[in-house]
Amino acid sequence: MTTAHTPPPADPNATAVPADLQDERLIASPGVGGWAGATWQRVKSGDLGSLPVVVGLVLIWGVFYALNPLFLSSRNLVNLTVQMVPIGTIAIGVVLVLLLGEIDLSVGSMSGLAGAILAVLFVHQGLNVWVAIVAALAAGVVTGLVYGLLFNRFGVPSFVITLAGLLVLLGLQIRTLGKDGTINLPFESGLVQFASQQFLPDVLAYVLAVAVPAVYLLSRLRTNQRRSGAGLSAAPLPALALRAGLLALLLLVAAYVLNRDRGVSYMVVLFIALVVVMDLFIRRTAWGRSVLAIGGNVEAARRAGINVKRVYLTVFMLCSTFAALGGILAAARLASANQSSGGADTNLNAIAAAVIGGTSLFGGRGSAYSALLGIVVIFSISNGLALLSVSSDVRFVVTGAVLLLAVVIDSLSRRSRAAHGRA
Amino acid sequence: MSTTTTLAPVLSMTGVSKRFGAVQALKDIDFDVAAGEVVALVGDNGAGKSTLVKTIAGVYSPDGGTVVFDGSPVTIHSPSEAQALGIATVFQDLALCDNLDVVGNLFLGNEVLRGRALDEVTMEQESWRLLRELSAKIPSVRIPVASLSGGQRQTVAIARSLLGAPKVVMLDEPTAALGVAQTAEVLNLVERLREKGLGVILISHNMSDVMAVADRVAVLRLGRNNGVFRVADTTSQEIIAAITGATTNAVTARAARRAPQEEQS
Ligand SMILES: Nc1ncnc2c1ncn2[C@@H]1O[C@H](COP(=O)(O)OP(=O)(O)OP(=O)(O)O)[C@@H](O)[C@H]1O
Ligand SMILES: [Mg+2]
Repeated sequence: MTTAHTPPPADPNATAVPADLQDERLIASPGVGGWAGATWQRVKSGDLGSLPVVVGLVLIWGVFYALNPLFLSSRNLVNLTVQMVPIGTIAIGVVLVLLLGEIDLSVGSMSGLAGAILAVLFVHQGLNVWVAIVAALAAGVVTGLVYGLLFNRFGVPSFVITLAGLLVLLGLQIRTLGKDGTINLPFESGLVQFASQQFLPDVLAYVLAVAVPAVYLLSRLRTNQRRSGAGLSAAPLPALALRAGLLALLLLVAAYVLNRDRGVSYMVVLFIALVVVMDLFIRRTAWGRSVLAIGGNVEAARRAGINVKRVYLTVFMLCSTFAALGGILAAARLASANQSSGGADTNLNAIAAAVIGGTSLFGGRGSAYSALLGIVVIFSISNGLALLSVSSDVRFVVTGAVLLLAVVIDSLSRRSRAAHGRA
Repeated sequence: MSTTTTLAPVLSMTGVSKRFGAVQALKDIDFDVAAGEVVALVGDNGAGKSTLVKTIAGVYSPDGGTVVFDGSPVTIHSPSEAQALGIATVFQDLALCDNLDVVGNLFLGNEVLRGRALDEVTMEQESWRLLRELSAKIPSVRIPVASLSGGQRQTVAIARSLLGAPKVVMLDEPTAALGVAQTAEVLNLVERLREKGLGVILISHNMSDVMAVADRVAVLRLGRNNGVFRVADTTSQEIIAAITGATTNAVTARAARRAPQEEQS
């Protein structure tokens, strides 16, 4: 080590090539063609992201449209968007626990309990609707807190804790509803109106469909500027423009189709906003980074000084709270809370949505958007089968098969990633 | 080689013990490192070196003994407490998150923020600077660490420990998987850390590396202290004897066998 070793130039600006592109082994891929090529390489190596879901969704829609053209009618699509929101909201929370490599099996009963609390406080006790909502959400916060504390204190696997929780919450739900077992929410109340009757004005929907891609493009351009300033490579402009353009096209078509009927429900806007916000939290904050790190390697995260217990606690709390919010929206949409709210397939649909959307069961991989994609797939299937007046037994079988397919794809792509060094 | 013996130790431990079930991994260990000093920690496989490092790093809590850091007694309950004190560690098993990219791993637990959000641009820029400093051969910092070679992963783990302003840096076999140039860079780095006045604890099985950079060598044997040597007035034979616990051992026996063979040929 006594040989004089001349270090390479430390100043990245000393060379014209950006600091992150200097290694000669990097296969140069400039411009849009290169970007497309790199994306294709990623997909080939098993980093599938949301590709299988999107392909699957197109297939599903094609098949149902062929069997019954009413499936893609504006009226049916508006129904579809409104139906999916409650369970979709629950699925956002499920994505979070799955990212940690844990699970919450009690989200269904949690949503049922939240609906029951809302109905009892609002209808029977005559309290202000906001008080009832806050109380129902608080039940979610407390439930998650208990799960988190039990998990951290005793290290019991989360599926056991939440399986026990499922029964406890179900008992509480039945007890809360009391003798009648069903409580109807007044149809003219603001909450029910919000969930079933209120739609964005057409113009506003179009404005949003253009504004959102514009904001995306601007923020990416700002990032590009900062990256160039720091001597790093910037994303090619045409690729960014293409992406923003495609997004705008997608949103405009969706807005047009939905606007031909009742339009875009406020509840749908709320759901999508929650997805976007959670995605930003996961990808752009230190908290989100620690969630992904724990899902990847708990011990490494702990040794990096991350307060692992606090992250588990916050994630279990968020998951139960999203479940409670889903329960509130379900009660509002159906204008009723009863003993079977949150029962039957609510639980499995919420978990299946997260997995079908592309969040790995093995932890550390996935995104909030998988809640959105997955729930669209699940409700497309059940809505399409209902249109064909297929009974619910077939619906269960088909949804189960799709879930199985999603899990198999997850496992296969995990293996392929390992082979291509992209665990 | 060193003139730092008069400095008070930045980290010193006395009577530290650690037991795993029936295995007494550490027994009454005394150990210290001064600011601006490189102490090599050597010993056979299973001697307890990594256990000692993990005890200092807050991964394990010791069963007994006292630890004094910067003049005041401390008990380190968790890795974050060790980091807050200024103890940076490169673990033997690296402890990286395979699903995160190089930048994510480097700054894990120490993310640079811009407002509330992660400042990816600054972190990426800083990553390149750190990696260049180590002559790292890493093609991209935006690929998951799972796709790096063993040596590249090790470089990432070493670069991690240079973030922030540590007072003590512990390197558990940092050069085990490194190429010739990268090993030289790590040894240069160890010397630079010493010049900056940091205490460095270096674990290595490579005697020539140890003799080249260390000021003192502390030997562990079967979980106990087995002598501390000043590099300036010892030989690697003496240290190897302390490691294996005998003046005649497999290593000297090999050397003795080879000597007559070479004379014959
Ligand atoms: N987590 C653990 N649980 C039980 N026993 C352990 C644990 N960690 C270490 N040990 C035991 O403690 C002893 C010391 O192990 P340690 O890892 O400290 O050795 P080392 O000196 O680092 O060896 P090497 O040179 O092979 O890295 C060994 O006998 C090992 O089996
Ligand atoms: Mg070791």
